[in-house]
Amino acid sequence: MSIDSSSDKTITVALTGQPNVGKSTVFNVLTGLNQHVGNWPGKTIAQKVGTYSHNGVTVSIVDLPGTYSLSANSPEELIAREYIIREKPDVVAVILNAAALERNLYLLAELLALPSPVVVGLNMVDVADHEGIKVEPKVLAAALGVPVVPMVASKNQGLDDLVAAIAGLSSGELPYTPKVPRIRPEHREVLAELCALCEEHVPQPYPAEWVAIKLLEGDSEITKMMEAHLPDKVWQKVHDILLAHEDAVIDVAGGRYEWVGRMTRAALVRPGVGQVTFTDRLDRAATHPWWGMLLLAGVLGLIFGLTYTIGAPLQELLDTYVIGGLSDLAGVLLSSAPEWLLGLVVDGILGGAGMVITFLPILVIFFAAMGLLEDMGYMARAAYVMDRFMHLMGLHGKSFMPLFLGFGCNVPAVVGARIIESRRARLLTILLAPLVPCTARMVVVAFLTPIFFGAAAPLVSWGLILMSLLVLAVSGVILNKVLFKGERAAFIMELPLYHLPNGHTIGLLVWQRTLEFLKKAGTIILIISVMVWALSVLPYGDVESSLLAGLGRLLAPVGGLMGLDWRMMVALLTSFVAKENTIASLGILFGGQGAQLADSLSGVLTPAAGLAFLVVQMLFIPCVGTVAAIKQETEGWKWTWFSLIFLLLLSFAAGIGVYQLARLAGL
Amino acid sequence: MVPLSKLGAGEIGLVSKLNGGRRMVSRLAALGFTPDAEVVMVQNFGHGPLIVNVRDTRIALGRGEAGKIGVVKKEAS
Repeated sequence: MSIDSSSDKTITVALTGQPNVGKSTVFNVLTGLNQHVGNWPGKTIAQKVGTYSHNGVTVSIVDLPGTYSLSANSPEELIAREYIIREKPDVVAVILNAAALERNLYLLAELLALPSPVVVGLNMVDVADHEGIKVEPKVLAAALGVPVVPMVASKNQGLDDLVAAIAGLSSGELPYTPKVPRIRPEHREVLAELCALCEEHVPQPYPAEWVAIKLLEGDSEITKMMEAHLPDKVWQKVHDILLAHEDAVIDVAGGRYEWVGRMTRAALVRPGVGQVTFTDRLDRAATHPWWGMLLLAGVLGLIFGLTYTIGAPLQELLDTYVIGGLSDLAGVLLSSAPEWLLGLVVDGILGGAGMVITFLPILVIFFAAMGLLEDMGYMARAAYVMDRFMHLMGLHGKSFMPLFLGFGCNVPAVVGARIIESRRARLLTILLAPLVPCTARMVVVAFLTPIFFGAAAPLVSWGLILMSLLVLAVSGVILNKVLFKGERAAFIMELPLYHLPNGHTIGLLVWQRTLEFLKKAGTIILIISVMVWALSVLPYGDVESSLLAGLGRLLAPVGGLMGLDWRMMVALLTSFVAKENTIASLGILFGGQGAQLADSLSGVLTPAAGLAFLVVQMLFIPCVGTVAAIKQETEGWKWTWFSLIFLLLLSFAAGIGVYQLARLAGL
Repeated sequence: MVPLSKLGAGEIGLVSKLNGGRRMVSRLAALGFTPDAEVVMVQNFGHGPLIVNVRDTRIALGRGEAGKIGVVKKEAS
């Protein structure tokens, strides 16, 4: 098939929609793997761009963040509206959830005030049907004066029609006579006045009337912009008008909803009162304070069960065959090379690569589980049930899931914090995640506690876990007070209708997140792993006289306060590469493995010092994988350093405190 | 007028006032909490967060947030 190059044309489409409308499914079905994931300039919010070809027309789709409105309430909303205003896409496609039509049309009311033509994708008509809600697309289109395409994106129905409507709208073949919502009569005069005052001074490419409405709504960004662009005298007038109409924000929103009411009057039929829907029935258990908690415990148990039955063996297989095989191969290939080169390859590079690979099975399982729960609509219920507990730390329910995943591995905990919309709460969750005792730390605890405490070991282990969680809670309260002045993000969250998960969407999500982790975190892990290896052999080739040991000796005075000598400090430092390294390092430094190592350790350390070491180990800076994830998710080194220093100080302070107290208690 | 948080499960209120900061008011209004909008209390245990139905959507609200929405109770007919 040849395509006439003269008809080759690229249409730019901005894909918008409120959260929970299946927008990402639409994007994924249309673009498949033809998509590029990046970040919006200067933001941690993912920017997805993809292409779709249809009848010689290439459609370039920009997936705008899901937003309820176009106010300046969140960075997502700013990105969405700035993109449409500045980049002027040929068509804006807004995806609406037919089961929550009224609220979804609110976003359309805002979009119609912007210059780009809008096409409506009326999605999830099957879900609406299930709930007894009937929408007439043709009647709705006639009322709105814009094309309305009914679709079920999860079943790939109606997407071709959507693309056809996009092409038709951009070529002018489809009629486009939108009924733009007007402001309520009582505010028309003041709006005209604001328009007249601002018109000459509104910077390109903002539409003047839109700016005036946003001023009336009290929009912080637009207010700032106009204050800068208006001459002082005019600004004073504008300011006085706005002060006299401070409550206009509710009226403007109310006016939009009145418009929505008019648009849907003929097109929307609701179920009779008192009809109990599927979601209602499921929610009776899922959001109940006790049953909901039980259900959540079951779900989490299942995720961990999967991790241990599938993830752990897979991890071992990968480690034995891939990393082990490569190490053997390196040994053969480098048999005549200098010893340091073999060390670099096997201990440095392959050690780091092994670390990355061991994370993979766990990460994939966690990403898939999170994606599945999110896509089905359950995640919001889990957040709701846990809200009362997270509340105490200045967090809300949404932080629970990522933190809980931390028990398996801190890396998905940090990456999983993405589901939290508020930047503040997300950051706090990321900072607290390393305090959740991960499995690797528990391995060290399981090895060391019997050495120092014999039969009391299980009790001490539980105590250490409890201590970690207590420190986490207290740190949460303090960090929230100090960094965020005790402010708490408002807990306002939609509970979407339950629906069948879409394998395609989840698969793509797992693929993208895993790839991103490999690209961003993988390189950092590799570099740091090589650096730590270098420190442990330079300059003379053995650990005892290495730079790392020097660092350990430097830290010996601090260690002294906890009853720990320099070797214990070195063991702590090497735990940075991977927590389970602690045991291997102790083996090298004290000589011997297993029982032999246990003997020499119990000979050197008092129980008080042993306890202090375990406490530090639990709270110490996380492994390099987690650090790389923190860097990736906080978009820079600032918060990464903050986290490292905070945990370093915290763990040493706790270690010293515990040692001194234990000595007083006579241990 | 009573705060929304005082409605029991199954009770219906009409929004009459939004208190709180501008950002919060704007968020609530966009979600459909505008004057005269019908809000059905779905779950309210008297403590912790609660669930309401507004404009065909279930919304979970913190107790504090719900306290800032003033509603007029609609008597069962």
